[in-house]
Amino acid sequence: MIRIDGVSKYYGAFCALDNVSLDVQAGEVLMIVGPSGSGKSTLLRCINHLEVPNAGQIVVDGITVNNNEAHINAVRAEVGMVFQRFELFPHLTVLDNICLAQQKVRKRSRQESEQIAWKLLEKVGIPEQARKFPTQLSGGQQQRVAIARSLAMQPKVMLFDEPTSALDPEMIKEVLDVMLDLAREGMTMVVVSHEMGFARNAAHQVVFMDQGRIIEQGPPNQVFTQPNHERTKLFLSRILH
Amino acid sequence: MAVDHDHLITPKRDFAGRSNLVHLPWWFVIILGIIAFMAFRIMTDPLHQGIFNTILQGLGTTLYVTAVSFIFALIFGLFLGLGRVASNPIIRNLTITYIEFIRGVPMLVLIFTISFAVVPLFAESFGLANNAISLTTRAIIALVLIYGAYIAEIFRAGIESISRGQSEAARSLGMSRAQAMFYVILPQAVRNVMPALGNDLIALLKDTSLVSVLGVREMTQVARLSVSTSFRYEETYFILTLFYLSMTLVLSLILQWLQRRVGARG
Repeated sequence: MIRIDGVSKYYGAFCALDNVSLDVQAGEVLMIVGPSGSGKSTLLRCINHLEVPNAGQIVVDGITVNNNEAHINAVRAEVGMVFQRFELFPHLTVLDNICLAQQKVRKRSRQESEQIAWKLLEKVGIPEQARKFPTQLSGGQQQRVAIARSLAMQPKVMLFDEPTSALDPEMIKEVLDVMLDLAREGMTMVVVSHEMGFARNAAHQVVFMDQGRIIEQGPPNQVFTQPNHERTKLFLSRILH
Repeated sequence: MAVDHDHLITPKRDFAGRSNLVHLPWWFVIILGIIAFMAFRIMTDPLHQGIFNTILQGLGTTLYVTAVSFIFALIFGLFLGLGRVASNPIIRNLTITYIEFIRGVPMLVLIFTISFAVVPLFAESFGLANNAISLTTRAIIALVLIYGAYIAEIFRAGIESISRGQSEAARSLGMSRAQAMFYVILPQAVRNVMPALGNDLIALLKDTSLVSVLGVREMTQVARLSVSTSFRYEETYFILTLFYLSMTLVLSLILQWLQRRVGARG
């Protein structure tokens, strides 16, 4: 579904991604972990071209992500993204947040968009918030709306960029539950997060990154319990208390 | 001392009757007093009344020039503002050139230059006679070209005040650059710059007095013409001052009220 081939990204002299290659199969849940500054968010953002790689190639669902504006928009319509800070549109109601791109990008009618929006709000468990504005919602509710907004585009892949790290602890579970449901339904997901519980329950593959490189890769059990590299062990000992 | 300081922060405390007086907007009361005093003289004294009625004849033109100029300056300024943040370097640099050019020249000079140099040049190239464009129209063109540049900077600031995450979220939903701008960024930016646009409307109202130099019969020009035969400098210019003061005051009250309504909406 996603093929990342020899991707490098530099910010000036700083190397954020160093010749990274990675494959994600359809229906697979891939988790990327690593210390901050290791390039995991940059890699995620390269997949839908929010960051432009300096070298290498990324193919999503048969479409090569390059500088062609039409290609980029085509890829982005197939790839949903959930941000750390939700990024709901504050001037629109929850319902309008979910309908906007459906109408403007997918060219659906208002009626059809709303039907899909209501269905997704049921799915993420907050249909009663539909008429409110994002600022009236809790962080956990906002993130669930953001997930619904992405799902409304019927993406083939969902990218999650630290979806729970801006949340209060008691709201993390409600977001993870929605993500778990998605994983069970067979959504292809790439998740940057340190939620080890989610990794154990849902991830098929875990990638450990450091200094722009993939250090270790494998099923969660293997990476978490028998890591091969010192760097991985050190990192895990710091985050698993 | 500590008690006094406390009053300033919490004026509504029971024993703080004195602090309610402190918190009255005295400047507003004083200005209202001045206006009331002048209004009284206008109503009781035939000379003042005559001058008032004369200047009143220019009010319509002042309001007309202000309103028309502001509407077109908003549209022009929005386009310039979008050009200012365009990703295309040619468009961006041409826009910046224009804005910096306008902002670097005094408004009075620009009014002369645009009315008597730029407009005739364009009129000629379109085959129009030099006098086919009225002075009022020239004044409006000048104010639109000048205020467009100022308003462009307001829009630019508003657009840049919206976090990058918003446009990333819009783009990652598959929206084009233009769609993200028009459906996500601009609506938020416009709401943020409403107070600044209101300030420019008031400034524009005051600056319409400058187009009197073109002979446009707005309030200032009418007052100048009247003075040139009556020699009643004191009465005429005080009443003219009063006109502008009351208008800007009313306008700023209306804008504050609008601001509260829009602000309350979300």
